[in-house]
Parts: sequence; structure tokens; C-alpha cells
Amino acid sequence: MLRFVLRRLALIVPVLVGLSILLFAWVRALPGDPARSLLGQRATPEGIARINEAYGFDEPIITQYFLYVKALLTGDFGASINTGQPVLESFVEKFPATLELGFSALLLAVVVGLPMGYLAATHQGRFLDTFVVSGSLLGVVTPVFFLAILLKLVFADWLGWLPTSLRQDARMDATHITNFYLLDGLLTREWDAAFDALLHLILPAIALGTIPLAIIVRITRASVSEVLNEDYVRTAESKGLSRQTVSRRHVLRNALLPVTTTIGLQAGLLFSGAVLTETVFAFNGIGQYLFEAIGGRDYPVLQGYILFIALIYALINLTVDVGYGVIDPRVRVS
Amino acid sequence: MTTTLPASGNPQGFVAGPDEEKGLSLWKGAWHRLRRNPSAIAGALIVLAFVVIALAAPLLTQYEPGSAEWSGEVTPTTVPGPDGDHLLGLDRFGSDLYTQLLFGARQSLVYGVVSTAIGLTAGTLLGILAGGFGGWVDTVVMRLVDIMLSVPSLLLAVSIAAVLGQNAYAIMIAIGAAQVPIFARLLRGSMLSQSRSDYVLAANALGIRRPRIVFGHVLPNALGPTIVQATLNLATAIIEVAALSFLGLGESDPAIAEWGRMLVAAQDRFDAAPQLALLPGACIAITALGFTLFGEALREALDPRTRR
Repeated sequence: MLRFVLRRLALIVPVLVGLSILLFAWVRALPGDPARSLLGQRATPEGIARINEAYGFDEPIITQYFLYVKALLTGDFGASINTGQPVLESFVEKFPATLELGFSALLLAVVVGLPMGYLAATHQGRFLDTFVVSGSLLGVVTPVFFLAILLKLVFADWLGWLPTSLRQDARMDATHITNFYLLDGLLTREWDAAFDALLHLILPAIALGTIPLAIIVRITRASVSEVLNEDYVRTAESKGLSRQTVSRRHVLRNALLPVTTTIGLQAGLLFSGAVLTETVFAFNGIGQYLFEAIGGRDYPVLQGYILFIALIYALINLTVDVGYGVIDPRVRVS
Repeated sequence: MTTTLPASGNPQGFVAGPDEEKGLSLWKGAWHRLRRNPSAIAGALIVLAFVVIALAAPLLTQYEPGSAEWSGEVTPTTVPGPDGDHLLGLDRFGSDLYTQLLFGARQSLVYGVVSTAIGLTAGTLLGILAGGFGGWVDTVVMRLVDIMLSVPSLLLAVSIAAVLGQNAYAIMIAIGAAQVPIFARLLRGSMLSQSRSDYVLAANALGIRRPRIVFGHVLPNALGPTIVQATLNLATAIIEVAALSFLGLGESDPAIAEWGRMLVAAQDRFDAAPQLALLPGACIAITALGFTLFGEALREALDPRTRR
């Protein structure tokens, strides 16, 4: 098992090295003088000289790349052009918000998606199945930002049931230890703060969770209906096992394999959706920061964030693969 | 759309001799199954309607897109609703909303088709390289694909669009490039699985040269999943074009109607005129639905397991 994990971990390294080369080339590919394009309209001769000095743009290109990697390895991801704040610092500060949102969205998708997919598979061709399948199809094709806008319009603006934006009411004087607002509220026993953070999470989580939900429903349905046709299920049924035992021990355990992979893949994809969702709800996480960086052409931030996201994405995929190895011994061996 | 697809996707042009009939029957069989599948027909009808509207947009309206002719009638808080002159009322810039939606279809069609074509072409070439030649070529190509897949596709498109600038080409290249790894990996995979089949062994045994095996036998038989993926990717591409617009990386020329940007522009007068957001959003979703329904029906029709 350990060898499997290590081998899988070793595969991440060339990807990250390749990506760092691409990201390095990416900023170099920006038209014109790199220092000038990094600074944009704020370029002054002193600024350009400072950037040239800091990034070593006067050095040969290979040296520059190694300087870049060296900086990365020492935790220096550059600083935002717009705010001057170090990229790493802002990432650490804002990542909990996105993690909180992404986790809620995925939780919603799994908790609702798995049973729905299972029910659809066991009721194939009936009304429930048709309803679930059409619903999930609708979920897949609705753009995240459109859904986010719709939810905000209906439940926040018109009905006024839920807050329209932010992570917590601005008047709420809450203590923040971890920057996971819901968790903070629970840890400090500020129940009203926790409840307020929860209310702020609902709409963004639904908006972000709908596509993964729809996909989990579809994969679960397909996977369960395939397993239901397997000989071993028929055998289990014919030897008189109870329905519950068959579905728990035989159907679910086998059907969940492809679903696990799907959940992992969706977890990674949440980052794309988070950029759109957080923007609509002014949910101050890395997604919204990325949006602001795009608008302000803040390349160091974009460069740093993409590297972070790739790293986290790789770790999620690694976790999924290892998890898969745990559930399915065949994967470990091959 | 439906009448041309099986013909254009038919690999008979590549296939020599006795394979011809086999290749034909696969697609012919798929065509028969498609015709009997209601969701394939629904998808095809949506796609057909979308293409017709996109092509015939100027004939379906008396107004020009992005004319802003009636901007005097728009107030800071609201827009005039439907009346005799304007079927769906005006948008916030004082253009006819119905006209903007029609021309938006045109933009989506062009962006969707061109970007998918870019992704398909580049991805297919990489896939052929990797799957057809194997060895170190395969390793290099697949590492490249891994790197591209290490970033979620929308973020990949965002990064590319940010470098290329705000114009139509940048958007199409960005979205197309983000699709390359998907096609490359898919085609390589299906080529590898075809390479292990008996007919390739037979062709090898007969002493047929490798390029001829790759292009004449393996590739035509491996193309099915790629074509299905292209249909599904049209839906993704149309949504991603709108998403790029939403992120401020879309078409910057305000005279061009684009659904995603219409949706963004509508946000500041939601309460007064929700139709400005609802209609373009619905257009994106319905178009994506059409391609998704058709693509999935095509996948089912081509899947040998469902043919039994």
C-alpha cells in the first residue's frame, strides 16, 4: 500500500515541474517587457527597475526560471501588483472560505446525490426515475453563474429568506480563529455567529453543488443499475439473502467504486465553479480574489493561484486514487 | 444536423476494402437507434432550431444587433417591457432584446463550433501521435496532457485568454486549448484498446505497414468516442464562452450580442427587469441541453454494449 502511495506521489512531481515551466513561460509570453506587463498601467521607471531586480529579468532565461523555482520553494510566490500583499499570505487568508464553501457544496451533492441516484436505479422507467434523470440533466446544463444569479434573485432579493452576499453579516462582531466562519462560531460558542455564517453558506453551496450533485446522481444511477444486473447479485438474491443485505453488501459496495472517482474529480472542479459562485455572492474566498485578479490583470496572483490550485487538485486526485486502492484491491496490485 | 452527422462521421473514407461495410454498418446501426430514441430527437430538434436561428438571425428581426437606438427610453432603474415594436422589450443599453438574443445564438454557434474544432483537431493530432506511435512519443504527449489536466479547464481557459487579450480569437483559442487534453487522452485510450484487438493482430501478421494499420484500421474504429465527446463539448464550450464573458474576459465590442455578457449586464436591474437575465440564461441552458441530449444519445447508439 505504501509503495502504491509513494509511486502515485512521485507522479505529481513531473506535472508540477512542467506546470511551473508553463506558468513561468506564461508570464514571459505576455506581450512586451515582462516588468512592464507585470506592472501594467502603473509602470514607472523605478517600478520596472525594482521588478527587474526582484525577478532577475536581466539574467539569462534559464537562470530566471531557476530563480523563480527557488523563490517558489522558499514560499515566495510574489506579491499582488494591485495591493502589494504577498500572494501566499492572501491565499492562506482566503482559502478557508473557499474550502468551507466547497466542502458544503460537495457534502450537499453527496448526501442528496447518492440516495437519489440509487433510488432512480432501483425504480428504472418509473416516474421517480424520469424525474431524477431529467432533473440531473437540467442541473448539468445550467451554467453555475446563471444558477447563482437565479438563486440570489429568488431567495435573497424577492423572498428575502437568505442573505444576498458576503460570508457573514457585517454587523456581526464574531471572533475568528480559523477563518472557517461556521467552525469559528461553533468553537467560540457564538451560536448566532455560527448560524449567520450557515445562512450565508446555503445559497452559494447550492449554486456550487448543483453540477456535482447532478453528475453524482447520473453516475450512481448508471453504476447501480449495472451492478444490479450482475450475476453475483442474482446469486445473492437467489440464496435467500435479505434485500437489505444484498443492497448494502453487494450492490452498494461495488457500485460505489466509480462514484468515488467521480466525487474526487468533482471536488477538483469545484475550484472553477467557486470563481463564478463566489463572484456572484461576494463570498470572499480565493475564487473571488481570482476574479479580481483577472479584472485587474494581476498576473503574479493568477500565476500563484493557478499553481496552488494545481497542487491541491493533484493532492485530491492522489487521495481519490489511494481511496480507490483501499476499496478495490485490484488497483493496488496492477 | 441529424441527416448529415452519420455521413460526416462515417469513417468509410479512411477504411479500405472489406472493412468498409463493417464501418458503415456501425454508423448505420447507430443511425437506426438514434431515430428511435426520443431524447436524441429532442436534442437534434433543439440543435437544429439553434443552428437555424443562428444562421437566419438577420431574417428573423427587423433591427440591427447592438443598435442602442432606443437608449433614451431606458431609465437607470428599469427598461421598457414588451410592446408592439419590441417583442421582448429593450435591454439596458436600449437595444431590442429579441434581436440581441437571436444574434447571441450566432455568437454562441461560432464560438462553440470553432473552439471545439480547435480542441478536436489539436487533441486528435496529439492522440494519434500518442496512441499510434507509442514509446517515448506517447510518454511526452501524455505528460503534456497531464500538465494541462492539472488545472481545471475553465481556469486553463482563463489563463490563456488573459495572455491573448480580449478578442474573439483569444476566446476561441482559450476554450479550444482547454479541450485539447480531453480529446487527446480519449483518442489515445480508444486507439490503445483497438490496437489490442484481433484484427490489428491479423493485419500485423499479414505484414501491413504500421502507418496503414494506424490510419486505416485503428483510427477509424477508435474515432467514435471522440465524435461523441465533441458533441458533448459543444455544450461545455458554449457555457464556457458565457463564463469567460462573465469573468470579464469575453468579447469587448459592445455591439456584438453575447448571451454571457447580456447576463452580466442584466445584474444591476434584476428586480425591475429579471427577463434581461432569465432569457439569455435560459438560451444558454437550452442550447447546452440540446447538444448534451444528442451527444449522449449518440454515445448510447454507438456503444457496442447497448447494441445487443
